[in-house]
Amino acid sequence: MTEKQYKILLADDDPDYLFQIKTKLENFGYEVITAESQKEAENILKQFQPHLAIFDLMMENDDSGFILAYRCKSRYPEVPVIIATNVAAETGISFRLQEQSNWIKADLYLEKGVQTEQLRENVTKLLNKTYGKL
Amino acid sequence: MENFNILVVDDEPGIRAGIKRVLRKFTVDYPFMDDEFGFTVDEAATGEEAIEKLKTHTPDIILLDNKLPGIQGIDVLEYITENQIDAYVVMITSYASLDLAVKATKHGAFDFVPKPFTPQELRSSIENVSKQLFLKRMTAKMHKEGKQIRFQFLSLLSHELKAPLTAVEGYLRMMQEKSAGENIDDYMKMISRSLDRIQGMRNMIMDLLDLTKLESAKKQRSIEQCNLTQLADNALATMQPSAIQKDVELILNANENVVLTADPEEIEIILNNLISNGIKYNKPQGKVFLKLEENEHNVKIIVEDTGFGISDEDQKQLFKEFVRIKNDKTKHISGSGLGLSIVKRISDNYQAKISVKSELEKGSVFCITFLKTN
Repeated sequence: MTEKQYKILLADDDPDYLFQIKTKLENFGYEVITAESQKEAENILKQFQPHLAIFDLMMENDDSGFILAYRCKSRYPEVPVIIATNVAAETGISFRLQEQSNWIKADLYLEKGVQTEQLRENVTKLLNKTYGKL
Repeated sequence: MENFNILVVDDEPGIRAGIKRVLRKFTVDYPFMDDEFGFTVDEAATGEEAIEKLKTHTPDIILLDNKLPGIQGIDVLEYITENQIDAYVVMITSYASLDLAVKATKHGAFDFVPKPFTPQELRSSIENVSKQLFLKRMTAKMHKEGKQIRFQFLSLLSHELKAPLTAVEGYLRMMQEKSAGENIDDYMKMISRSLDRIQGMRNMIMDLLDLTKLESAKKQRSIEQCNLTQLADNALATMQPSAIQKDVELILNANENVVLTADPEEIEIILNNLISNGIKYNKPQGKVFLKLEENEHNVKIIVEDTGFGISDEDQKQLFKEFVRIKNDKTKHISGSGLGLSIVKRISDNYQAKISVKSELEKGSVFCITFLKTN
């Protein structure tokens, strides 16, 4: 084994989106654990520490992603968290990380329609920043 | 305590001081108001002075003497109406003249107080105006909140409509990037999922159209004596193909001519939504019973299925917009999350009651009770 395989936790209640992102991340060479609900993701987080987590914002609750980010960060402070959302572009609500990061514990917001390359870049950057370049 | 601002327009200083004294400690409250209201009083000795003050401040109430040294009270009233100043005017008149009363009312005076008046006469008139003001403020507030709700609905809607687009776009990109290789057969799952999502989106748009019709229907509803049995027959015929697909049997149980006073299109929407749910969330070889019951007081539409059932917790969410009950069984059934909220809206229009009884694994019963009027 030449390269350590990163494990990514991916939570989204849209089965198609889940499948698509999972496929992409696997193509990048990562191992992916999926959850279809906030509840499922919470249970996984109790037993397992991923290297990175990607949470959909709106699942059972309008702020499921924020809740999961909070849970994840309080248990594993070093694990980078990405919140994926359709909301920003549609509603004009913009999330400003700097000011809100006191209570919203996410490292990055990602629009859901993002291109494969952009996803790869962002995930790699966060992993490198946290665990050092391999 | 909230305050209403009163402008007193009278050339006699004694009257102005008297009004001030009477209203200084006066408060009004009503059983339906959360708060009580007090009054702050400003004064003007002439019509001209009043108009000067109205240019910068709009009081809530104007107590206006008709007989003034310069321009008359009725002229001030005219100025108020012309400039659309949003204040309630109470005219003070020393002799009740029908002529003046007619003219003043035409120009939007709200009330009259005879002169000389007792403190009690003044108070009761002010009390009356305050009630109007309070109701007006409440209506304005509710109107504003209505807009707020509409905004929340629209942001939710945009989210719900964008989700399938994102999914389909994602699959197309994966095909563009040939992520599963050169063989088209390896993309069949992606293609059929894309088609499913597009179908789901189409259903949602159809439901939204129903909803829009309801929203704007207040003027266009055509209430008539509907033959409910006939409508039920039609609805079952419409739903028959999807019932066959899901291997579900539809059974009508009704007298021949059950009559309901309603807009037939709206009743059709209710029937279609309830039957469609009964089919969608059912098991193979399941059944959907549509029963119509009538007695001297009410008419009931009852739709009973032998499907998955709904947990008590989920039942509370059922009629909210875009709520879909998510579990392993419903995961792959497409729906807009609007159907039951539409059913609820229509029923509310008729003051009809909806009840749900459900048991997991056994099935659900939806019952809508319409009261017979006259």
